[in-house]
Amino acid sequence: MLGVERGRAGVHLPAAVSVVFFLCSLLLASPAAAFPLRARDTPNDGGGSITLEWTAPAPVAKEWVLVRRERGGTFAPVITIEGTAHSFRDGAVQTGVFYEYQLVAQPTDPQLDSEVSAPTRAFAAWFDRTKLNVLVVAGIFFFLLFFYIRQAESGVRWSFRKIPGLAAIEEAIGRATEMGRGILYVPGVQEIDDIQTIASMILLTKVARMAAKYETNLLVPANSPGVYTVAEEVVKSAYADVGRSDAYRSDQVRYITSEQFAYVAAVNGIMLRERPAANFLLGAFFAESLLLAETGHSVGAIQIAGTANVHQMPFFVVACDYTLIGEEYFAASALLSNDARLLGSLKASDTVKIFLIAVIVAGSLLLTFGQSWLTGFFATQ
Amino acid sequence: MKREVPILITLVSGIFCLIGFFVPHPWIHDLYGDVQNWGIVVVGCTYVLGVANLLRINLRQAQRREGDWIYKIVLILGLLTTMAIGFSEGNHYSDVHSRFQWIYLTFYSPMTSTMFALLAFFIASAAFRAFRIRSPEALLLAIAAFILMIGRVPLGNAISHYIPDAADWLMEIPQNAAKRGILIGAALGVMATGIRVILGLEKAYGGGGEGGA
Repeated sequence: MLGVERGRAGVHLPAAVSVVFFLCSLLLASPAAAFPLRARDTPNDGGGSITLEWTAPAPVAKEWVLVRRERGGTFAPVITIEGTAHSFRDGAVQTGVFYEYQLVAQPTDPQLDSEVSAPTRAFAAWFDRTKLNVLVVAGIFFFLLFFYIRQAESGVRWSFRKIPGLAAIEEAIGRATEMGRGILYVPGVQEIDDIQTIASMILLTKVARMAAKYETNLLVPANSPGVYTVAEEVVKSAYADVGRSDAYRSDQVRYITSEQFAYVAAVNGIMLRERPAANFLLGAFFAESLLLAETGHSVGAIQIAGTANVHQMPFFVVACDYTLIGEEYFAASALLSNDARLLGSLKASDTVKIFLIAVIVAGSLLLTFGQSWLTGFFATQ
Repeated sequence: MKREVPILITLVSGIFCLIGFFVPHPWIHDLYGDVQNWGIVVVGCTYVLGVANLLRINLRQAQRREGDWIYKIVLILGLLTTMAIGFSEGNHYSDVHSRFQWIYLTFYSPMTSTMFALLAFFIASAAFRAFRIRSPEALLLAIAAFILMIGRVPLGNAISHYIPDAADWLMEIPQNAAKRGILIGAALGVMATGIRVILGLEKAYGGGGEGGA
């Protein structure tokens, strides 16, 4: 009996140990060992995107196959991802539909697979929070703009520093009139939707009115048909405004070509043939800036340039008589008009500039003392 | 009405595009994209006007035998020939061995390169004028330019490794500071101009007038 009992015990003991080992190995291989896969709606977008993040424990798989299913559906592969990756943005989902994801190890090893993510849906945001800083500055600017326009309407006047280039516009047109030669106005090489071209069209109004008043020939070669169409309307209207509609000729504004260097060749040709007494190079310029300005200098024209393209400014400064730099170029029309409301917008612009300088100084000081929240708020990239 | 309607269109589309910049929701953003596409369509249509203007002016000048009239003929023939060949080749106009590509690579491309190459001579003449030292500022400019030019070639490093370091410092600190100052000012100018146009304070379009002028 005892022998039998012993015999039974001798049989059962290794079996129990192996059961314990089996359970332990099951525990180790169970889903509890899989790492979590976090899925969330991609913030600040128009929907249709879910962002996945994970931290896979070592050893990681060589590659992951990301599988996706609609809630209650079956998994289907989405993409194969490098094993070292930690995040992925799935931009091919339907807004409002719940999805579940899993990372499946490649080569196949179920022990390395991730957990199935919680059901997540993409939704469209109504406000892009990464642009909050832009909204704040724009909001301050709008508030100041209306405040100063109101002040201007109630009779408040401000003084602005004199910009020599602006004073020289009338002088240049007068010089052209005295010499009996023409004026060449080059509105840059960008399309009409570029703000520099729009500012150029506004300045063209002033130049065309003066040219019409002094009966001086004005020539506007356009780089784009869109600019040509608007420039023609602007010049025609300017001539009508000063009562000189009869002096306007349809070939004063002409479309040349949209090709950059072909345009330069044509405009340089005009300069050499017509020998204008005044050249206005106002707008967005690139590699052609010096080609135009140097040719203008060689024909002895008084040259007034203006652009916001920083890399072209040195060329204009060297080759032209006057250069409107950056903000001066955009302020030119307001300063020339002397209109109180437009000057109010300049005052608002100057006040925001002081605010931004204060922010830069405060941000630098805070960063020096290890506080990055202010610079972080104004970061755009 | 001739003046008010364009201002109203500018105001509505300007404010809508401003909202579209901040709102990613498809209800707004898709329409925002559509508005921008309308702009491209409008610009596409203006090409017809542009080409008509080009032909009209150059034909008239050729007809009157004005100065260099022979070049006007060359321009018109070049334009019409290129257009005809481009249209005749349909969607294959940009294929490697198309006749349109041959015209582009044989005529247009070398002429463009020639124009661009002229820049080297213009830079030399402009630099000669720029570096004439007539004021303390011009002296500073000349010194900075000298350090920068010599620091950017192997000779600078051969003389002293401080020269390339000084060139890098000039580019990264004073140059960057000045550039960013100009950019901040220009960005505010862009905002101010944009708002003035959107609100109709600047009336360059739709019949000028004295407002804002």
